[in-house]
Amino acid sequence: MDIKIQTKKLNFYYGKIHALKNINLDMKERQITALIGPSGCGKTTFLRTLNRMNDTIHKTRVDGEVLLDGKNIYDRSVDVVELRKRVGMVFQQPNPFPKSIYENVAFGPKMLGMKRFVNLDEVVEKSLRAAALWDEVADDLKKSAMTLSGGQQQRLCIARVLAVQPEVILMDEPCSALDPLATLKIEELMQELKKNYTIVIVTHNMQQAARVSDFTGFFLLGEMLEYGNTTEMFSRPKNKKTEDYITGRFG
Amino acid sequence: MREVYQKKLNEIQDDILFMGSMVEKAILRSMESLKGRNLELAKQIIDDDQKINKKRFEIEEKCIELIATQQPMASDLRIIISVLNVITELERIGDHAEGIAKIALMIGNEPPLKPLIDLPRMAEKTADMLHRSMDAFIHHDIEAARKIAAEDDEIDNIYDQVFRELLTFMAEDPKTITRATRLIWVGHNLERSADRVTNICERIVFVVTGKMEEIGASKY
Repeated sequence: MDIKIQTKKLNFYYGKIHALKNINLDMKERQITALIGPSGCGKTTFLRTLNRMNDTIHKTRVDGEVLLDGKNIYDRSVDVVELRKRVGMVFQQPNPFPKSIYENVAFGPKMLGMKRFVNLDEVVEKSLRAAALWDEVADDLKKSAMTLSGGQQQRLCIARVLAVQPEVILMDEPCSALDPLATLKIEELMQELKKNYTIVIVTHNMQQAARVSDFTGFFLLGEMLEYGNTTEMFSRPKNKKTEDYITGRFG
Repeated sequence: MREVYQKKLNEIQDDILFMGSMVEKAILRSMESLKGRNLELAKQIIDDDQKINKKRFEIEEKCIELIATQQPMASDLRIIISVLNVITELERIGDHAEGIAKIALMIGNEPPLKPLIDLPRMAEKTADMLHRSMDAFIHHDIEAARKIAAEDDEIDNIYDQVFRELLTFMAEDPKTITRATRLIWVGHNLERSADRVTNICERIVFVVTGKMEEIGASKY
């Protein structure tokens, strides 16, 4: 398995707060890596360093490297818009634009000027199909995205990410606002998406991490205490703190 | 954190200790019934085996409930899975004790073939190994587990001796064949019980290390 994203001695600071401490983590290509840990442990901050979402927050500083296909994304030469096209993100709350379903999905390709090379209708259909939403919305693409259910909106957001043909998808608690059925759909979808994309997911739901991921990293107080094969992590973790966290004895 | 869960997990471990003591008692009493030709006691043991079986299902239900409702992970999960295994072993040891009680009934008041010395020794040793294995299970004592499993060799040696001695009886006087064979069955029940104790010991190793490992492979 090739490494898609790799962090090397990654440190992150919010002003004086040292939020990530020396994180070395390999995320393998076409695998799902889950990041778990109690609130405030740095897992979301870490996820956001992977496509430089933290750049938008004032008084923050990054130290160390994040290598995407071996190339540091914090290099001066890197075009951040291009980076975020390659590394897409799905957020906790579904956040569709107040536009039609079609416009939501077509938005990225249009913005990036992909219109010249691709047929937008085709991209929209393909992305919606890949996000397992097509069958539910095919007859009504002009309808406002805001009329969709929460689960559908989240899959629309995934379709929106897929439309720009990314390589990596970052998911920040993608199911926390969804009901169990919608959650299940997203989880199933992730298994499909994994065939073509590298996925990194932050989740508070340990069962979800155990169900969907191939590898799991456990974060605590800005450090990554343990990383390994998911089955191994959930059946025989090596670190006592990981054990305490996943058996629900703290956190 | 998770007080209700912890309470239920502790309860299951108390239950398994209780079941262990029921089975230990069954082994010792079955030998007592055989040695003392106490047919009433033998019948009692056969009846009591139902209680052991019932206890096993009760613990199994609790484990299933805990898995279904609390999603145990890591060492908790290993403990529960091991409890499910251990209660099966205990239940089977209970059956072996019942088997001995049935043989005691079969033998009834036939004249004794010989004074029973080695078989009671085997029973005591097996009961002792079982007792200590239950302690080791609760305390996650991997050293004790390995030691107990190694002691299975002693049981095998006594069984060898019993077997040879009874063969001699049968060779010398074919009229003893029925009685001697029954005593060999008793030895076999005890030998199997001790093997099951070593299986319990393997579970202790699994609880602690997460690895499945065969320890103290029996010669039988």
